[in-house]
This record gives sequence, C-alpha cells and structure tokens, in this order.
Amino acid sequence: MSDATHTHASAHVDAAHDGGDAHGHGTRRGYLIGFALSVVLTAIPFWLVMTGVLASATATTAAIVGFAVVQIVVHTVAFLHVNPRSEGGWTLMAYVFTAVLVVIVLAGSLWIMYHLNTNMMPMPGHVEAASGTP
Amino acid sequence: MTDHPRGDATRPSFYLVEEDGHDHGDDHAGGGTIVGFWIYLMSDALIFATLFATYGVMSTSYAGGPTPREIFELPLVALNTAILLVSSITYGFAMIAMQEGRLNAVRLWLVVTALLGIGFVGVELFEFATLAHEGAVPQRSGFLSAFFTLVGTHGLHVTAGIVWIGVMLVQLAQRGLVAENQRRLMCLSMFWHFLDVIWIGVFTFVYLLGVVR
Repeated sequence: MSDATHTHASAHVDAAHDGGDAHGHGTRRGYLIGFALSVVLTAIPFWLVMTGVLASATATTAAIVGFAVVQIVVHTVAFLHVNPRSEGGWTLMAYVFTAVLVVIVLAGSLWIMYHLNTNMMPMPGHVEAASGTP
Repeated sequence: MTDHPRGDATRPSFYLVEEDGHDHGDDHAGGGTIVGFWIYLMSDALIFATLFATYGVMSTSYAGGPTPREIFELPLVALNTAILLVSSITYGFAMIAMQEGRLNAVRLWLVVTALLGIGFVGVELFEFATLAHEGAVPQRSGFLSAFFTLVGTHGLHVTAGIVWIGVMLVQLAQRGLVAENQRRLMCLSMFWHFLDVIWIGVFTFVYLLGVVR
C-alpha cells in the first residue's frame, strides 16, 4: 500500500517536473550562446552606421533591419524560451499572432501615411489651411 | 451559549482560504500565470507597435527643428545598448541560480541586474536632459513628440522592472525561493527580456535609421 502510494507520488513529481521543464528555463550554455550572438548582431549594425562602410544608405538600412530581425529571433529563442513545446505551444501561438498584428500595424500605417503625404504635398496651401482649422 | 454556533460558522471560511492557497501551489496554476503574463506582454508589444508606427509616420516631420543626425549621439546609444544587453545575461544567471536553488546567488544577480537597469535609465535621462538643453523638447516637432513618447515609454517600463526587482529582493529575503517567488521571478524574467527585445527595435529604427537617413 505504502509502496503504491510512493510510486504514485513519485510519478506525480516526475510529471510535475516535466511540466516545469516544458516551460524551458534555459541552460547556462543557452544563455551564453544567445548573449554572444546578440553582442555580434548589435555590434555589426552600430559599426556599419558609425563608420559608414557601405556607401549606399539603402544597403545600410537593409543590413541593419536584417540584423535587428535576426537578433529579435535570437532573443526570443535564447532568453524568452519560446518554442513549440513551451506551455503547450500557447506562447509560440500568441507570439506569432502578435507578430502578424505588429507587421500589419507598422506596414499599414507607414503605407497609408506615405501615400497620404505624397498626395497632399503638392498643395501646401491646403495643408496650411487644414492645420489652421481647430 | 447561542453565540457558539455562529463562531463555528465563521471558522470554515479560514479553511476555504487555506485550500485556495493549496490550489495556487499546484503546477497548473503556475502554468496559467505564465501564459497569462505572456498574453500581457504580447498586448504590451502591440502598444509599442502603435508607438513605433507613430514614430515611423512622424520621423521626418521636423517642423524646421533639429533632425536625428544633429541630435542623436550614437556612442551614448551604444553604451546604453551594451548596458541593457549585459543586464539580460545577468538576469539569465539569476534564473540559472534559481534552478540550482542558490538563494544568495539569485539575490546577487538580481542586484547586479537592477544596478545595470538604473544605469540604463540614468544614461537615458542624461540624454533627455541634453536634448532639452539643446531645445529638442517634445513640443518642438512631430518627430520629437513621437521620439520622446516611444523612448520614454520604454524607459518607464525599465523603471517598473527595477521596482519589481526591488520588490522581489524583499520577498526573497522574507520567504526564500518558494514556488510563488519562483513563478514571480519567471514572469519578471520574461518582462525584462521582453524590454530588451523592444530596445532592439528602438536602437535600430529610431537611432541607427535616423542617423542613416
């Protein structure tokens, strides 16, 4: 009887332990790899901009945005421990959903306002009149 | 004598409270908290998304005022970025120490993280003061309004994180690494690393792109 209880208890502890690990605490090695990658991914864009190595501003812009996206992914995996197993996949699903919304908000706002600006610009009188009204 | 049943009747409520407490110790409750806090962080990410979108729209509305290239000092931003990045790994060490059950190591790394956070906010306030001294105040132009709102909101979050670390240091001193404190430290871990992710967007899209443009 006591044996059975003990087995049950230890099985419960094991299950609870697995449940805890599913969140993904991360290891010292995981944190250090993430940190090393972040340092490199931060240093390169600062170096690109501060020294102006790439002659073209467009190329520099594309490069630093690319490094930022990669670094965000590195932080998400190495520090926030988001993966398909953590919390039964709910953190990853919420993360992907949020990423879609963020892209829609950013791209949509910039797209709409850019075209609005472009269409309003040739009429400075209209802009002044519009800004003059309360 | 007639008062006795009434006194007994109030007593069970204490047992109910205690049972409630047991429930919270359960693993499922902790998991629910983690997911719930994660949902909060995602909604916070949407707040920052709208602020980034506002900044993106306003980023060239100088109104004859200063431009990013004139007022941003990249060495200062690089210093702040380094401080926040190092604070991420020191919080990571605190989490590892928590897994190993080393209370004093957890407290040491939390203090180091808080000091780095204070350094970050200090450098940011110094930057804001320098900008204000140069006349680059929020009401000067749309660009500066959006800049101060975005970067200031991030700075407020970091300040809240520092306060939270202080609260956790008190709770650790009182009760040690109990399950509740471990759960809170895990939420704070997500909060702190989340702020570092937001900062990647700030230094890339505000400071670096502002100077390149």
